[in-house]
Order: sequence, then structure tokens, then C-alpha cells
Amino acid sequence: MIDPRIEEVLESLYESEVEQGRPSPLDAAAEPVRLACEAGLTAACGGGLRLTEPGRAAARDVVRRHRLAERLLVDVLDVAREDVEEDACQFEHIIRRGLDEKICRLLGHPRMCPHGKPIPAGLCCQSARADAIREVRPLAEGPIGGEGVVAYLSTRQRRDIQKLMAMGILPGSRIRLIRRFPSYVFQVGYGQFTADESLAAVIYVHWKEDANRERGAGGGGNRES
Amino acid sequence: MQGAAWLQRFRRRWRGGSEAADGAAPEARGAAPPAEGRAAPAGRILIIGSPNVGKSALFNRFTGRYATVSNYPGTTVELARGRTSRVPGGAEVIDTPGMYSLLPITEEERVARATLVAEPPAAVIHVIDAKNVERMLGLTVQLVEAGLPVVVALNMWDEAAELGIRVDVARLEESLGVPVAATVATEGVGPGALAERLPEARPPRACLRVDYGPVLEGAISRIARLLGAAPGFSARARALLLLQGDAEEHTRVQRELGPDVAARVRRIVDDATRAAGHALHYLVAMARKSCADEILARAVQLPPEERTGLRERLSRFCMNPLTGLPLLAFVLYFGLYKFVGDFGAGTLVDFLESWFQDYVNPWVNAAAERALPWAAARDLVAGEFGVTTLGIRYAVAIVLPIVGTFFIAFSILEDSGYLPRLAMLIDRVFKRIGLNGRAVIPMVLGFGCDTMATMVTRTLESKRERLIATLLLALAVPCSAQMGVILGLLSGRPAALAVWAGVVTGIFLLVGAAAARVMPGERPQFYMELPPLRLPRPANIFLKTYTRMVWYLKEVLPLFVLASVIIWIGRLTGLFDLATGALVPVLRLMGLPPETAVAFLFGFFRRDYGAAGLFDVHQQGLLSGNQLAVAAIVLTLFLPCVAQFLIMKKERGLRVTLLVSAFVLAVAFGAGCATHLALTVLGVQL
Repeated sequence: MIDPRIEEVLESLYESEVEQGRPSPLDAAAEPVRLACEAGLTAACGGGLRLTEPGRAAARDVVRRHRLAERLLVDVLDVAREDVEEDACQFEHIIRRGLDEKICRLLGHPRMCPHGKPIPAGLCCQSARADAIREVRPLAEGPIGGEGVVAYLSTRQRRDIQKLMAMGILPGSRIRLIRRFPSYVFQVGYGQFTADESLAAVIYVHWKEDANRERGAGGGGNRES
Repeated sequence: MQGAAWLQRFRRRWRGGSEAADGAAPEARGAAPPAEGRAAPAGRILIIGSPNVGKSALFNRFTGRYATVSNYPGTTVELARGRTSRVPGGAEVIDTPGMYSLLPITEEERVARATLVAEPPAAVIHVIDAKNVERMLGLTVQLVEAGLPVVVALNMWDEAAELGIRVDVARLEESLGVPVAATVATEGVGPGALAERLPEARPPRACLRVDYGPVLEGAISRIARLLGAAPGFSARARALLLLQGDAEEHTRVQRELGPDVAARVRRIVDDATRAAGHALHYLVAMARKSCADEILARAVQLPPEERTGLRERLSRFCMNPLTGLPLLAFVLYFGLYKFVGDFGAGTLVDFLESWFQDYVNPWVNAAAERALPWAAARDLVAGEFGVTTLGIRYAVAIVLPIVGTFFIAFSILEDSGYLPRLAMLIDRVFKRIGLNGRAVIPMVLGFGCDTMATMVTRTLESKRERLIATLLLALAVPCSAQMGVILGLLSGRPAALAVWAGVVTGIFLLVGAAAARVMPGERPQFYMELPPLRLPRPANIFLKTYTRMVWYLKEVLPLFVLASVIIWIGRLTGLFDLATGALVPVLRLMGLPPETAVAFLFGFFRRDYGAAGLFDVHQQGLLSGNQLAVAAIVLTLFLPCVAQFLIMKKERGLRVTLLVSAFVLAVAFGAGCATHLALTVLGVQL
């Protein structure tokens, strides 16, 4: 396992170098940066610093864990958004290899962190895409005509849960989005419902890839997914 | 519109007569006899289930009475009682408002749950929409858990069959451990078979038991031990309610078992919450769902569930703003303006009025002449302002046709399933005024009868929403009778009509938005079931309108007569002259002549009555266009009628009612003054 301080360096470098394409603002003389160089993960380049080949892979991995942690905290554990950054920084270092895949699967292989930055794909994501499972996104952001299975409800409010239950919405329920405007309209089982954004935003759905193509062909066949 | 024609006839009677409530009926419920012998549960049948599954339709089939049946959730807001002879020895049948689970969300759900506890039934009929059996089994599981003598009615069997849903009734019975019967309540299919199963209803044996997992099960048994045996729900069910944080059940424990036990219960709940690491109601719901899923897998075959065909296309047409809003305009024009305005307020009123004038009045007058030698007594029953010749005639010949036609139109909308789709279209606008789309039903109903609409505000979730809706109904939603008179008054003056409509709509939105800001409380949240669009059945439309008319005559006619008597006394003693004198200075502020004072005084009894009085003043050529607009605005915003005042007091309490009334008066006169000023300053002549 890499020293957490080195992981912070890799993360910072990944964001500046890979995502933003600009030189790193890090001080090459700082202790963690020196350690990263010694480990062969970074190398001096001109006046700045860049990732080596193994460094790049490790950095990608750290960033992935950080952003997955953010999603987990926000969507499932219902942590307030202002606390997410700090918690995620702690979290990313304790997620072991393998555990990130489990979290990724639980969350339905998300592509974006809560701040809208891309989450580097893992091996699990590629195989999931082959299985036509795209990702877990709230009903409010789903594709019109899209079908999926409710993954989890991101609310602890009894009031919300009671209403969702009244509509038959619980993890495992099949759901299809019909309209988004002026209010959300969706079908659960044979019943259709309408709700506003405050409810549609807490229903996280495991969307089927390209729901449109599969429509009619075998809607009932995939219900246990 | 021919409003002006029938308005002519108001002239002759507005000074004397009166009538009381805004027309039609809050369902047939008040009329049902109260439960007899509450101590003897033998022979009491309770009908319960989710909203819009056909409980009232089944009630009607069982009792031969009529409880209102519509196609939207929340039609029934009160209990309805009747008797059935379908079971040996007869039984009392109680229809309850819909409830999704034993944990209530809105007031009317609380009613259903309270009835289950307060009036222990010999049998509970759980009505299930067979199309949505997977969503509804959760409540069956809860009822069985509570140890209630459940019989399941799989209703809307025909619609389910049409969708290709196959339910194996025998297997379902076996899995649930309670009798199950298939029904189509609206068509009268199956109540007989259901009734035959009722004697089998008994507290279920322990064959259906949800496993809630070690943490919850431990907590359940510890709480159940503390509770011991008590009437009502089983200890296990009560323990589950407590674990889900049900306030009512906590209060009951506190009351019956003392603060010590209550504190211990609370500790167990807290410990379980910590140990589970999850909201407990969520865990409970998940466990029930997996239990229901198992039963489903055994007994139900579900084909792919996508709705297609004309019905679905029409439904989407209603919900797309691009097509839905023109459709709304179409519905308003033909349903309200053409049918209620032209046909109801024109043709029908003309017909009934001439019948009264030609046959009833001469006969009553002649009879009074013969039988009553005293002039004062004659004036009370007959003559120009008599109770019969004016009060009853006003109610029967003028208001009844208007509200009658409105309720035919409204019933068609109700039964088609259009209203929930309208709610979906309009939710965003209603959020701005502190309400949610659900409030569209009381608001539309208010255009028929504000009194009835105030009762229906019960279906709104929070106290804040109920209060805002009540206020707006009292202030800015004119009922059909009133609307008829006002439209007649302003006909031929499109500019005045436009100013009137603009100011009233503006005040509706402004007061709503202000109330939403001022009143504290949670943001309203909108969710609603969209029932399938259905072709309304003429028999139900007829029955529903008829029931509302019967209610109207029964409940409202006495108020009409009473008001007639008060006016009679006022005229005899000269008290009315005093009151009109006091109004004159206020009217001057709004630029209105003193002659309108009498009209405003009658406006206190009923808003439309005042408007009819204005019409008389107008006929004398005393009112300019500006004055007409101002007077119409003030009378529209004016205090509601006596019946609405009484219902408001019943639903919201005296304090709120007085506050709302004071506010409404202030806004009505304030708006009158402001409009007068604005028109004068701008130099506009309407």
C-alpha cells in the first residue's frame, strides 16, 4: 500500500496533468513529493513534475477511489455535501484494491462524481457495460422512456419513504420514466405516478443500457436483474 | 351567455330572500345514520384499502346506499355507514378513506386507522386493485400481522385480466391464510361470492409471518412483552408501529401503561435503531416487500407491464403541456362556459323560473291569502319576499340548476381520471402559492361549491397547505352560483370583465405567494397516483350528481329558509336600515353610490346574492363601468356564504375562521379601493 501522503501527491498531479493539461503547482522540494520521486512514481521534468508510467496508473487508481468514495458518501450514506470532501479524503486511503470494485458495483458503475468530474473506469465497469448495465442515477436524471430497477433510496426522511412505499417504490422495484416536465411521470409495476423533483431526486435507479432498443422485446424478462 | 336573462329575475327578490350554502353536496356522508351499539362488534364490516381501488363502489353494492365513486385517489374523506343483508343476520358496513399503510400520511388516512382501532370489526374487507397486487399486498401483510379478521377482495379483476395478469386465487389464499375473492365492484360482479366468504373471517392463524431479521425481531418481542395483550391490534403489530416511530401508538402506550413503560419502549427503539444502523421503517418495509414478492412469485403471473394503445396515448396527450394546456382551455370553455353557463344558468333556469312564476307562486299566494289574515305572517311565507315564493324558489329554480350542471361536468371529469393529470400539469404553479398539485382538486371543486371544497382540503398533507387552500377558497375562488351572477352583471362590458378577472386572478396568486412566504412549515411535496383514463359510466355520473343534489336540498334548504326569516325580522324591526347606513362611508372610499349599501349587506349572507342586488342598482342606471368592475371585485372576494363559514369552523376551528374572515374582508375592501384609485388616477373609463 502506498503512503497516504504520496497518494495525495499523485491525486493532485493527475488532476493538473491528465485532466487539466497544465503543469503541477506542487513544490518539488516538499517531503511527500520527494518520496513519490524516490518510489519512481513521478519524475522531474524541466522545472516541474510529471507522472511516470506506473505513477500514472497509481494516480488514476487513487482518483477513482476518491470519487467513488464521494458518491458513496453522498448517495448512500447521505453525508451533507459540504462534509464530503474531507470525509472522502480519509476514505480513499482505506479502500483496498477489490473493495473499490465492490463499491463501484453497488453504486452501479457511476461515471461522474457528485461534483461532475469523471470517475476513471475500472475493470468491473467494462464488464458491466457488456452486461448492458449502465449506471445508477436518480430518477430525476434518467432518460425519458428509460427502464431500470430501483437501486436505493437516498433519503432518511420518514415522510419521503412512506410516500415512496405508497407508490410501491423500494429497492428492487422496476421503474420506467415517462415524462420529466412539468412533473415527473413514471410507471411502477402497472401503476403510473407523478411526483415532483424532491421525490424523483432521491430514487436511485439502476438504468438498463439503451432501454429504448430493448423496449417491447423482453421487458418482463430482465425483472430480476 | 344568457346570464343576464335570468339575472332579471334576481331583481325582484334580492332584497328579501336568502339562501345559504354554495350549492352542492359534500358527498352523502352526513346523511348516514351513526353506528348503533358500538359495544357490539358482532356484525360490523370495515372496508379498507389503498386510495382509488373501489372501496366505495363495493360499499354501494353491499348496502344499496350511495357513497361517491370517482376516478382519483382521495374521493372519500369521511366514513360512510350503511347496513347490508348480504350476510346472515345483517351487518353494519363502514366505508373508509383510502390508506396506503397502517402508518398514516394524511388526515383521512388517520381516520381509517383510527376506525380500525376504535370500532373492532367482525370482518375487514381489504380491497386490492388486482392490477397492482404487488404494491398492495404490503397492507394485507400488515393487516394479517395485526391479527385482524381479513378477507381480501381482488377488485378490478376485469382490468387485470385485460392486461393479462393471472392470479391464482387458491394459492394466494393459501399463502396469506385468509379468504380471497375476485370482484368488479363497479359492475356488481363478485360481491355475492365475497359475502359468502365473510363468515370465514377470523383472526388469521400464524401461517403468514414476516421475518424482520434478528435485530428487529429481538426488539419486537421485547416490546410485545411490555405491551401484553390489549384490545385492537396484536402486540406484534403494535411493536412494529412503535419501532417505525408512530406517534399515535407512543401516545397510547404513555396513556395506558404509564411513562415508565413508555420510556422503556423508547429505549428499546433507540437501541434497535443504533444496532440496525439504518432507519427502521426502511428495514420493515424491505422485509414486507420480500415477503410479498415471495407470495407473488407463487400466486401471480405478470406479463410485461408497458401500457400502450389509445388509452395511453390519450393520457400522454393530457400530460404534455403543449397539448394539455389547449385541452384544458377546451374543457373550461365547453364544460364550464357552454354547459354550466349557457345551458345551466340560461336554458334550465329560464325553464324552472317560468314554471315557478306560472304555477307555484300564484298558488302559494292565493293559499296564503285565504289561510292567513295577518299581513306580517303572509309576508313570511308568501308574497314578494316569502320563504316559499322566494327562499325555496331561489334555491330550487336558480342555484340548483347551476350547481347541478356544474356537478354533472365535474363528475365526468372526476370519473375520466383527468383531474390527477391536471394536478401534474399545474404542480409547479401551485408550488409558488404554497400548495402542491394535489390541491387542484379542491380548487376546481371550489368553482362549483366552496363549502364542499373546504371539506376536501383534508386530502392535503400538511396543516399549512390546508390553511392556505382554505384561505384561497374563501377569498378568491367564486362558486358557480356567484360566477353566474357576476358574469351576467358584467356581460356586454368586456373591459370591465377583463379588469375583474385580472384583479381576482392576481389576488389569488399574490395572496397565495404571500401566505406561502409568511406561514412557516415544510415545503409541499407532490406525488399522486395517475389512474388509467376510463370512460365515465352514465349511471355513476347520474347517481353522483343526484346524491349531491339530495344533500344540497337537505342541508342547504333549511339555511335558505332561516336566512329568509332573519331578513324578514330585519325588515320588520328596521335593523337593516341601521346597518346599511353604517356601510355608506366605506362605499364612498371605493367610489360607489350609497344605493349599493343594501347589496353589500346581502353580500354578507351570500356573495352572489349581493351581486344580484348590484344588478338591480345597475338596472336603474346608477353604476358606471368602473363602479361595476369595482363592485364585482369586492363581492367576489367578499366573505363566503354562511354554510362555508360553518364548515370552515368545523375543519379549521373558530380562531382561524375569524382570522380568515377578517383578512378576507380587509382584502376585499382594500382591493376595491385600490382598483377605484388606479382607474381614477389612470383616467380609465371602462
